[in-house]
Order: sequence, then structure tokens, then C-alpha cells
Amino acid sequence: MVLARPEVTCGALRVGLMVLPVAFFAVFFAYPVAAIVGRGLKSDGIWQFGRLGEVLSRPDILDVLWFTTWQALASTALTLLIALPGAYVFARFDFPGKQVLRAVVTVPFVLPTVVVGTAFLALVGRGGLTDELWGLRLDTTVWAILLAHVFFNYAVVIRTVGGLWSQLDPRQEEAARVLGASRFEAWRRVTLPALAPAVAAAALMVFLFTYTSFGVVQILGGPAYTTLEAEIYRQTAQLLDLPTAAVLTLVQFVAVAAILAVHARTVRRRETALKLVDAAQTARRPRGAGQWALLGAVLLTVVLLLLLPLGVLVARSFGGADGLAYYRALQDAGAGGGTFLVPPVEAIGNSLQYALAATGIALLIGGLAATALTRRAGRLVRGFDALLMLPLGVSAVTVGFGFLIALDEPPLDLRSSWILVPLAQALVGVPFVIRTMLPVLRAVDARLREAAAVLGASPWRVWREVDLPLVRRAVLVAAGFAFAVSLGEFGATVFIARPDNPTLPVAVARLLGRPGELNYGQAMALSTILMAVCAVALLLLERIRTDRSGEL
Amino acid sequence: MLRLDGVTVRFGARVAVDAVSLDVADHEIVCVLGPSGSGKSTLLRAVAGLQPVDAGRVLLDGADQAGVPVHRRGLGLMFQDHQLFPQRDVGGNVAFGLRMRGVSRKEQAARVAELLDLVGLPGAERRAVAALSGGEQQRVALARALAPSPRLLMLDEPLGQLDRGLRERLVVELRHLFGRLGTTVLAVTHDQGEAFALADRVVVMRDGRIAQSGTPLEVWRRPASEFVARFLGFDNVVEATVSGEAADTVWGKVPVPAGSPQGGRQVLVRPAGVRLGDPADGLRCTVEARTFRGHHVAVRLRPDAGPPLEAECALRDAPDEGAVVGVTFTSDEVVVLS
Repeated sequence: MVLARPEVTCGALRVGLMVLPVAFFAVFFAYPVAAIVGRGLKSDGIWQFGRLGEVLSRPDILDVLWFTTWQALASTALTLLIALPGAYVFARFDFPGKQVLRAVVTVPFVLPTVVVGTAFLALVGRGGLTDELWGLRLDTTVWAILLAHVFFNYAVVIRTVGGLWSQLDPRQEEAARVLGASRFEAWRRVTLPALAPAVAAAALMVFLFTYTSFGVVQILGGPAYTTLEAEIYRQTAQLLDLPTAAVLTLVQFVAVAAILAVHARTVRRRETALKLVDAAQTARRPRGAGQWALLGAVLLTVVLLLLLPLGVLVARSFGGADGLAYYRALQDAGAGGGTFLVPPVEAIGNSLQYALAATGIALLIGGLAATALTRRAGRLVRGFDALLMLPLGVSAVTVGFGFLIALDEPPLDLRSSWILVPLAQALVGVPFVIRTMLPVLRAVDARLREAAAVLGASPWRVWREVDLPLVRRAVLVAAGFAFAVSLGEFGATVFIARPDNPTLPVAVARLLGRPGELNYGQAMALSTILMAVCAVALLLLERIRTDRSGEL
Repeated sequence: MLRLDGVTVRFGARVAVDAVSLDVADHEIVCVLGPSGSGKSTLLRAVAGLQPVDAGRVLLDGADQAGVPVHRRGLGLMFQDHQLFPQRDVGGNVAFGLRMRGVSRKEQAARVAELLDLVGLPGAERRAVAALSGGEQQRVALARALAPSPRLLMLDEPLGQLDRGLRERLVVELRHLFGRLGTTVLAVTHDQGEAFALADRVVVMRDGRIAQSGTPLEVWRRPASEFVARFLGFDNVVEATVSGEAADTVWGKVPVPAGSPQGGRQVLVRPAGVRLGDPADGLRCTVEARTFRGHHVAVRLRPDAGPPLEAECALRDAPDEGAVVGVTFTSDEVVVLS
């Protein structure tokens, strides 16, 4: 019987697991992005790095960079300001309907950015609710963008900070109180330091999402406000100025890589030993007028900021003669004046098919990568860990356009294949799968695996018998996130979805780009359907939520 | 059964197990005893194949285990904190090893029932492991390790986390059980009481090396070195020059048993061999402290010269703190260390 030494098997196994994810990212991420950057910066086979300086000294580009940065900073600050009291309330108070409310605040996060934009348009835009009531329009100001960003990222803070907060042992604070600290002093000296890394991690995630914001800005920004990502889209798709787009892509790449590097460092610090307890033990019913007032304020915020836009969106989708005219028009390709080659309602089927395929791909790639990354190892693996997050921040527009120009030759001529869209969507889903599964896999005690091995389980059976049952719930949660994210993916899909096969977000954006009440109404109706699909997926998830899936 | 031949395990520059050679015979219960960090747990992991061996060989039934992966070694290992599978019930845990060996469902059920009976938890198959007490988890872990009839059962601090009363009861049960089943056992512990009660043979480890090996009685009666003596809780160790049946020490002449090694040595006086009497005869000592230990009193003495001494005496004979006494030694409680 000739068998490899165990440590050799283990190393080989890990390399084997990594082959597919690495190949996937090389072919469908690095290659298209490199191709488009090359296309922009190379002429006659010579790199034109001078263009970097040229582009970056243009005043209009500097304006975009400045706006992108300050709106991301402002959005992050505003999100923290509004969501941190919410995190406290969700962590420490017990009140009826808390579980439902937790699910409700998470809905916006998985909503397609296009829907978020549309919802705020219906609330504060031209002919929107506030316009009708008070003549107040925010869609030409930066406030609409900021509010939409808060709406979108509220759940990030609640889940990341609130999740940890609810598991902090209150007795630590009590110990400080007994030692003579006042209530505030105890919070500042004991709870805050424990919480700080989580707050930093959440802030960085929010900053990342708002820095690369596209769908929201595309719909609410107008010509006055443009982020880097929206500008890349404009340069690529409308002005066909590839060199400028390539430079902007590089700028965004560097910025995102920097944010992710800081984030990885912060997360590692968060993993340092904290005394965690079961969240169910730390929540109490609010006591005293102050605490009830805080709870009331948080609930009011949730209603005004999160529920109202969605409510208005749904309300606006019902219109016309009998209230269902917009929904009926979705079944007719010609209703909006020839916007589509097919009835818009077909976008639902397309989206679901694409999203399912993308979820499958994301689970396979993400699952393999997470399994390989489970055992903490050297710098190389940690670096790879951070690398897998890059697709979250790298310009989706670039990826989409890169697909078109890079994957058009045999053996990889996928331009006419339907798989192109799910592949692009899976790129965004994979980081979510890894982020959800990795903490759970890492929390599995290594000695549990050893116990199984000593009892005669081969490495494959150890995985099946020990790891899989413990992470099954996390896999389902990861699948739900990947599904919702794929469903809402807009930046890349807008390039590669074929006109006769639009996805829901693409169809919504196209409808909004056309004049006329019917198109507007149809956009609202389609957004409502998209929201309903996402919300159902999420509510199913919330039933099987694991406590350790709180990294995103 | 098990033979370790110069087994060495290194963690970077640190040598955790240093050229250890050890034999365990069929049906023998061997207990490796040592303080934490002495390399005893690493030794177990090396035998199980969980820790690669840097040098030396591990042989089971004469077959070199290099290259044999963990799951093909056919061993049983009971972890310090049990490591029961949380998502399975008691029956599922105990049946795990049988399932891995492809035993039929019917045989599995019969064997699980038999083992739960054996460890004193009959009919517990459907209970959740999270609902078990520490002692019950212990029993389930034992049943799980025993179920596939391993050729060698290894126990890592088997009773470490249980409270004292339960520990003392279980250790007796375990020895009885292993004797009945004829199990070959290699256990590690830092608790000498546990080791002495459980083992046929005790192996004391220090810094990755074997400091002494012998029956519990041998080790207890004749610690091989100052380290073993102190680890067993004996602190009355002093430099001495032995000639004939007397040793010359800072405490004065100490009688030693006939046939003791001669020359410059260390001498151990067990507390029971320290007799307290009138200050006029023997070594003059001041009583520093007395500690009530139930059936006796431990008295800490400060001699006029030399290291402090510990004596054991009956409650009614115990002098008060601060009293001055004279100390004499009895030779049958004195050991000359080699």
C-alpha cells in the first residue's frame, strides 16, 4: 500500500481546490479587465503611460474624482450616523416584531441598485411624492444620492456592528461599572473599543459600495453628479473614449485595492479574542422613557427612510385606467414605443434563469475557494483572500465591456452565448459566497475533523460528515445572497445582455431612459416585481439565518 | 503492539518530542505523565498520524506507519474536550466509526446499544449531545472511541475537565472496563493521581524526553530524579554525600536505606519520614506554616540551615506556627536519587 504522506496530500488537495477558482478569475476577470485597459493605453503596440497624466489633469475628470470621493465619505458618515443607533437597538433591545424588522431592513441591501434609484425617483423626483405634496424635488441635488446610499447600506451597519454588539458580554460593562465607571465611561472604555474594528469594517464596506456606486447615480445623478463608475460607463458606451475609460478604471482599481487592504487588516483585528455570548441572552426590553424614545426614533427612521421609498414605488406602479395598466403593458413589446424587441415581462424569466445559473457558478467557485482558504496559512493565502474581494469593487462596467472585447475569439468566443451574462454576474456573487462561508468554515474546530479522521473518515468523508452539515445553512445563505446580487447586477449586464434577452434591471433602466408616463409606470411596475422577487428570496433566507454569517 | 523508535517532532526550532522510544504491549495500560508543555499530547498526535514525525518510526503491530494516513491507522483517540459531533445525537456519534468502516445498519445499532450499556448510558441513542453533562459527554466520547474496536485506544487528558469526585469514580470504572475488554491503552495526563490509578505503567515526560518509566509503585517509591520527585509533589530534596547508610546534608546526617548508590547525590525525604520532636535532639527548625489536609496536617519548617522542609503529622501532634521543633529522619522514607 503506497500512500502519500498526510501533509503532502493536504497541500496537494488545497492546490487542487484552488485550480478552478484561480482559472475562473484569471479568464473571466483579470483577462477582460487587462484587455480593456490594454486597449485603452496601448497604441501601435506601445504602452502610452503618458495618457495617465493627461487624463488625470483634465478638470472635468478631477471634478469626477473629487465628487466620487466626497460623496462616498458623506454617504458613509451619514449611514453611520443614522444606522449606529439602529445597531444598538437591534443588539440590546427586545421588542415584538424584531425578527421581521431585521429582515425588512436587509431587503434594501439585496435590492438592485436600479430599483433603489427608481424608488427614490418616485419619492423625491420629478412628479414624485414630495414634489406633489410640497413641490420639493431632491433629484437634482446630491441629497437624493446620499439618502439612497444610506437606504442601501443601512443593513451593512446593522448586520456587521449590531451582530457583534449583540454578542458582546454585558457583564464586561457591568464589571467596569462595579469598578467605579459611570454608565457612559463603561461604554466608552469597554464596549466602544471592542466595537471599533466592526464599525471600521462596516464603514469601509459602505465606503467601497458608495465609491463604486453606479445604478443609483445613473438614475438620480443627472448630468451634474457623476461618480467614477458612471463616468467610465459614459466614456465607454457613449463617447467611445477608451483611453480615458482605461485610465479611470485603473484609478478605481487602485482605490478599491487600497480600501480592501485596509478592510482585510481591520477584519483580522476584529477576529482577535473577544468574549462572545449567545445573542439571545443580551437583549432586554427597553426601560424608561429614554430607551423607549430611542426605539421609537429608530422605528420611525426605518419607516421613513426604508419603507416609504419602497411603498411609494409600489404605489406608483399601479396606475392607468384600472390601476393595472402598467403591468398589462409589460406584456406588450410595442407598448412603450418600441423600447424593446420582446415584451418586457420576458425579462423576469431571463433574469431568473441567469440568476440561477450565476448562483450555481458562484457557489461552485466560491465554495471551492472558501474550502481551500479554511485553514489559515501564510501570507500568500491571505493575499488571495483579499484578491477574491476585488470584483466587488472593480468597475463592473469595465468587466462587462471587457467581456465583449476579450471573449470574442475562439476558443473563448462567448459573445453569442447566453452563459456570458451569468458568468459576469457570478463574479460579483463569488465574494459574497466566500464572505458568508469562510467564517463558518473557520469556526469549525479543527479537532472535530481530527476526531472524524481518527475514527476512520477519509479527507473527503471528513468534509462531507463534519464540515458540510455545519455549513449547510451558511451555504443556503450564501446562495441567497449570490442569487439576489446576480438578479440585481447592472453595470456589467447592461453591456452584455442581448437586446432580445434583457434582464430586469436592464429593462428598468431602459424604460426610465424613455420619455412618457407609460414607460415610467412600466419601470415602476417592473421594479416592484424585481423587489418582490428579491424580498421573497431574502425572507426565505432570514428563516435559515446563521448567526455567524454576519460579515456582510 | 505499539513501538516508538526515536520519535522526534519539531515545531520550528523547538523540539516538542525528542527521540522518544517506548513500547506498549498488548492489553497494557500505559500512562504518559508530565506537566503541560512536556510534549505528551504531541506524542499522542504523532502516533495517531495527526502530527508528522520529523525523525524516528512509529510501528503498530510491527508495521511502520510512515505514510499511513490517520483514517487508516485503526486507532481510537479520545480528545481532551471530547469533540463530539454537535449536529449528531448520541447514537450518531457512537456509530460514526462503524459507519466509516461500512458496518451494516443493524450491526451498528446493536454495537451502539452494547457500548452505551457498557459506559452506563443505556438507551441514550436519541439524546442530543448538547444536552449531556460533562460526565455523560465523557462516556459518549469513550463509547465512540471504543465502538470500532481500535487496536490501540489513546486518551488525551481523559478526565481533565471533570470535577474531582466524578474523576475519582470514573478512573476506577475506566480501569475496570479496560481490564475486562483487554483494551490496549495509551493515555496522557498531567494528574499523577489519575495516572497512578489508571496505569499498569507510568512514563514521566519532561521537555520532550522520557524522565522515568515504571509501574506506579516503582515511580512513586523511587523517583528517578529531582524533576520526577518534585513533579510528584515531593519538595524535600537536598544535595548530599552518601556513604554507607548515611547521607551528609545541610540538614545534618540523614539515614538512607541499605544498598543506596554512594557518593555525591541528591536525597529525597518524603514528608512522612520527617519526625518532629524536642528541639534539643535533631535539626532545629521553626514552624512556618501548617496546612490542614484532612487526614493529616502538612507542616512547613524553616531549618537553621538549608532549604525548607515539609513534614506530615497527625492533627493532634501538629505544632503551632512559630514553635521550635527538632527534626529527625526515618530511613525507609528516604530515597537517594540517581
